Amino acid sequence: MSSSPDFLHGLRTSPTRRTVLAAGLGVALAPSLRAAPARTLTVAAFPLVDQILRDAAPSWARRHPDVALDVVTRQYDDHHTAMTTALSTSVYLPDVMALESSFVGKFSLGGGLSDLLQPRYDIGRYRDRYVAYAYDQAVNRRGQVVAAPTDIGPGTLLYRKDMLERAGLAEADLQPSWDAYVDAGMKIRKATGANLIGNVKTLKDLMIRSGLEKGQGIYFDSDSNVLVDTPRFHRAFEIALRVRRNRLDGHLDTWSNEWAEAFRRGQTATELGGSWMVGQLANWVAPTTAGLWRAAQLPESSWVSYGGTYYAIPRDSDPANKALAWELIEMMTLDPARQLAALKTQDAFPALLAAQDDPFIGEPQAFLGGQRARLVWREAARRIAATAVHKQSNFAEDAVNAELDYVLDDGKDIRQALADAASLLELRAKR
Amino acid sequence: MRLPAFLRLSPRWAPYVFISPFLLLFAVFSLFPLCFSLYLAFQSWEPTGGLRAMEFVGMSNFTFAIKDGWFWMSLRNTLWLALASGVPQHLVAIPLAAFIHTSFMRLRDGVMAIYFLPYITSTVAIAIMFRSLFSQDYGMINAALAGLFGMAHTDWLTNAQHIKPAIAFIVFWRYVGFNTVLYLAAMQTIPGELYEAATLDGASRWKQFLHITLPSIKPMIFFGVTLSVIGGLQLFEEPFILTGGKGGPQQAAMTSAVYLFREAFDFNDFGGASAMSWLLFVVVALLTWITNLAFRPRKGRA
Repeated sequence: MSSSPDFLHGLRTSPTRRTVLAAGLGVALAPSLRAAPARTLTVAAFPLVDQILRDAAPSWARRHPDVALDVVTRQYDDHHTAMTTALSTSVYLPDVMALESSFVGKFSLGGGLSDLLQPRYDIGRYRDRYVAYAYDQAVNRRGQVVAAPTDIGPGTLLYRKDMLERAGLAEADLQPSWDAYVDAGMKIRKATGANLIGNVKTLKDLMIRSGLEKGQGIYFDSDSNVLVDTPRFHRAFEIALRVRRNRLDGHLDTWSNEWAEAFRRGQTATELGGSWMVGQLANWVAPTTAGLWRAAQLPESSWVSYGGTYYAIPRDSDPANKALAWELIEMMTLDPARQLAALKTQDAFPALLAAQDDPFIGEPQAFLGGQRARLVWREAARRIAATAVHKQSNFAEDAVNAELDYVLDDGKDIRQALADAASLLELRAKR
Repeated sequence: MRLPAFLRLSPRWAPYVFISPFLLLFAVFSLFPLCFSLYLAFQSWEPTGGLRAMEFVGMSNFTFAIKDGWFWMSLRNTLWLALASGVPQHLVAIPLAAFIHTSFMRLRDGVMAIYFLPYITSTVAIAIMFRSLFSQDYGMINAALAGLFGMAHTDWLTNAQHIKPAIAFIVFWRYVGFNTVLYLAAMQTIPGELYEAATLDGASRWKQFLHITLPSIKPMIFFGVTLSVIGGLQLFEEPFILTGGKGGPQQAAMTSAVYLFREAFDFNDFGGASAMSWLLFVVVALLTWITNLAFRPRKGRA
């Protein structure tokens, strides 16, 4: 306290209104006087994406030494809640926001994000440089492009090669159909005691996303008709039930401690998800299982997009920073060097085609026992079709999950379960 | 030091100035949200479109809420949890308070502090702790049940039949000490002569409890039950954190308050969520009124 400024001493001896006012004013002004960079570009992001942005800060500083890059990190859920709030009130909007792909669809409907087709951005001229489905995913119903893709999550099947071998199986035995995948699971269970999958919901999630025509939604079509009571969902529920009846799933919540521990202890033989799942397994879920895993295409030639990241510019953000915001997005999504850096450090699979053609894509991956798995994902990425997102998609996902719980836990009839989910959705479809 | 006249506070205004901090905070954090949610209940609003995206839709949010199956399901979940956690709280707290009142003399404060501790602990810490206690394969609760009774491991948090009792237990554990403190305070105001007279008349301790203690603490029972009814119907943090904010298997742990939050922030329907919150307010008011009818001291009886 010996170094406290003079006005604080004044405050202690004679607390008059004026000194209190002066003190308050001084405290309020002090930080803004001290830190005075020419300009700041604010980017809101969630973990891993924030790291990719921070890694890019030196190259940004070389381009714009006078513009500080301020990366604001929040946890995944908090970030998207904060972005919803910021967009709803148009207050404290960042210049650039990172968005997970499902939120791009959700936010695209409200008009709170800038249309990147406007001449000042003109993302249309870069269309052919991005993976087709990733670009199409950001086009809303009015034809506007509300975000630029930076990384993608081509769906993939990860399996423990050692466990398959102990069961006398090979990769090809998992792939012909979802039924073959479950059959293989029974053999794996017999030979190793391991579960086929930690959470059977993941299997359902991948299955309902496959076989979609371009532009069709998962739960609703473009006229808001409910698509839940359809063969696509019936089949996914039937396969999930088959897995549960044969006790092949771990009954574990994805990302829970038990779910992760089952990977570490070799109690889970396969996992379905986006290609980013490899990074999660390698970095924190089960680093000790390195070398035992392999990646393959999903069963039944299912081409599925499962996660991905975009950058967007809020409509009402500071107009003076919009050009810089777009320049940052161009740098992050169109510069192959930056895209490859994100792949190398954070396993973010590039949405930029030029980066996908880099020799690094063909490099062996140690966690996958030296497999060149990125070539598998690149093939998948080029076959995936964009799906339309309905504003009730999040609710639909939860309603379908709850009905799947009824089917798996209480033996509810699948037809009844899907009809019940459909009627819940119909009430909301046109809200 | 004398202040110049324009800075001096006239006695006429002084009370208003002194009360203004509360009024300001109340206006900003209670009154405004209240009015805003009432306004929102009649709007359709895509929040990411900004404030200008609101559109008046009349009563349609209310008709939607009444038709929505999940609104009623969440209300049923809430009532189940309120009963399963609320009733045992009082059934345990009253005898416990009587026991502590009569049996602990010097240690009373210390014993009470231990029972009161869960109430002042952060809900988030409690929920996180119980999350690991209830863990299926590595949790202490399953380990204890297996060790003591040889029970198979129960999937407390991933099975719809088990998650409700698990949450009810946490809520019970948390508030039983609070209720005990209420009842203990009420018991300490009962004059000792009543018990002495009853003892002289040969009344047993059970009779004394039944005819002296219980009638005397009735106003406190009314107060405690009212708090439990209101708190139980607003239950949010414990189920929200235990299920990662997702409602749990079959949405069995989705209370009305959790559903309101999810309707607004997960499902982007602020209008519907506001309408539901006003419907919930009606339910809470109704049940509080019923509690009042049941426990209100009647005229003509002391």
